[in-house]
Amino acid sequence: MLPYLTRRAVHSVVALLGLVVAVFFLARLTGDPTDLFLPLDASREERAEFAHKHGYDRPATEQFVHFVGDVMEGNLGFSLRKQRPAMELVLEAYPTTLKLAAVTLLLGISLAVAVGALAAYRPGGLFDRVGSTGSLIGASAPDFWVAITAILLFSVSLGWLPTSGTGGFLYWIMPVTVLALRPFGLLVQVVRGAMLDALASAYVKTARAKGVGESSVIYVHALRNACLPVVTVAGDIAVGMVNGAVIVETVFGWPGVGKLMIDAVIQRDFAVVQASIMVTAAAIFLMNILIDLLYVALDPRIRHQ
Amino acid sequence: MSAPANNATSAATIAAAIADTRAIAAQAEMVTVRKGLPWWRLLARDPLALCAAVWLVLMLLCMLAGPEWLGKAATDINLRARNLPPGSTEKGWIMFLGSDALGRSMLARLVVASRNTLTVAFTAVVVAMLLGGVLGLIAGYIGRGVGNLIMRLSDVVQSFPSLLLAVVVLYMLEPRVANLIIVLAVTRIPSYLRVTRAQVLEIRERGFVDAARAMGGSSTHILWRHVVPIVAPTLLTILTVDFAIVMLAESGLSFLGIGIQPPEITWGLMVAQGRNYLTQAWWLAFFPGLAIMITTLSANLLSNWLRLVTDPVQRWRLEAPKTAVKTNA
Repeated sequence: MLPYLTRRAVHSVVALLGLVVAVFFLARLTGDPTDLFLPLDASREERAEFAHKHGYDRPATEQFVHFVGDVMEGNLGFSLRKQRPAMELVLEAYPTTLKLAAVTLLLGISLAVAVGALAAYRPGGLFDRVGSTGSLIGASAPDFWVAITAILLFSVSLGWLPTSGTGGFLYWIMPVTVLALRPFGLLVQVVRGAMLDALASAYVKTARAKGVGESSVIYVHALRNACLPVVTVAGDIAVGMVNGAVIVETVFGWPGVGKLMIDAVIQRDFAVVQASIMVTAAAIFLMNILIDLLYVALDPRIRHQ
Repeated sequence: MSAPANNATSAATIAAAIADTRAIAAQAEMVTVRKGLPWWRLLARDPLALCAAVWLVLMLLCMLAGPEWLGKAATDINLRARNLPPGSTEKGWIMFLGSDALGRSMLARLVVASRNTLTVAFTAVVVAMLLGGVLGLIAGYIGRGVGNLIMRLSDVVQSFPSLLLAVVVLYMLEPRVANLIIVLAVTRIPSYLRVTRAQVLEIRERGFVDAARAMGGSSTHILWRHVVPIVAPTLLTILTVDFAIVMLAESGLSFLGIGIQPPEITWGLMVAQGRNYLTQAWWLAFFPGLAIMITTLSANLLSNWLRLVTDPVQRWRLEAPKTAVKTNA
């Protein structure tokens, strides 16, 4: 098991380095880096001064060595708009996004497991059809549109919920629901399929034959095994959460890393874009390793392979 | 079908079960005689899949002929018909879905925007399928070294959020249609690559591939004549799901303002523009989003149906039950 994890970790580090190289060369090859870093309306003198100060007039190899050194030190440039180190801004915004993601995942996963398991208990039944169609709609709905429609309905028309910002419980309802929609849709289908397999398996038959009660069969024997595939798709879900967070944070004015990044793109603040991309990539690779560990901890069959 | 198996207590359910079994037997005979039903009859039996297919064909027509047909109505400014709510008929059927702040017809704009929205998504998934398929064939058939390298690259792409990748690339390059298609295609390649490779690894061990090799068939011949025909249906099923995913991604990017730029229009961009008029004219943001949702839902439904049709083990589910109802009636 350990060699496998080490290999995964090495792959992640290599991939991260690849990303660093790619960001550097994409930024240099696609034109003058000052175009990327400076706003579009900067004057020629400003550009020349900026290029000289940051070494863009020196050879590319020298710039690259310098860049890699900076990245290793966690120095990913200086935000031109906010006049602060980009890394500081990103690390400040991260906890807000993580809080949103954690609440969403907790709610989404537990709801999806409940709905998926119930749907699988009577395949083809009313609950199964409603649940399956509902999850399909959840997976198909454009999140930004659902967010706007929700604002229109619950904030503008009914006045029940605040349109955007952060604060008490009421501020969480719409962002969490919209963000949970797609993972929920995906997970219900996964749990349902896994639960169908589990209910037809030999160990469930054995449990029934031993005279174990029906609720114990479902919750202890079947559901525990049906939850494993949830961990398998957790990586995809985490990646999807980042995509969703960018949109949800932008629409609901949630001051997380997604909003920070989109604002930086629109204001052409390259250092911030670069820093948020790299921190997110590192977080995702770390998360994938954690998921692997969790999988091993949950499924003894893998541990003994 | 399997419902009565557990608690067949009443005589009625037993009778129904027997009738079902007979119908399946009869159907099985018919199938052997007729070699299955043609796909369009199977489609007609599944009302949801049929609706999905009809909607997608309708969208295809809009994409092909829409801008020529309603292009003028979509750009004509009519200040006397500003912000008409949906259901207005006094200005003609074209204003049925309302109009925007410049008096342009919502319906016409939706139809015209379908071309950009659908072309980007469709081109991106087809490019992804071709590239992913070819890379998957190479990774599965040719060898370990190249195969491993390809898989590692695909891991990296897959474990990175597609939206972030698109944000970076579209920030550095211009947000043009071609760049958008490339970014979206790259993010979707891994799914085709994985499936193709997995299938090729299995197919290459089969007897007919050995036979073809023994007869002196070249690698390209074997891949093209013996492997591709088996992999293709699966790839087409993924294509329909991916179409929905890519359409959502493109709409999201356009909504954020880093996808297709005005004066071009896509549904996602229309939602973004309508967002500013949310309190005065809700329909500006609502209908384009609805169009996205119905189209992605249709693609997902159709893909579920395709999965059943192309799976020989599952296909009877579509063929049998409705016949049972017919023979009973």
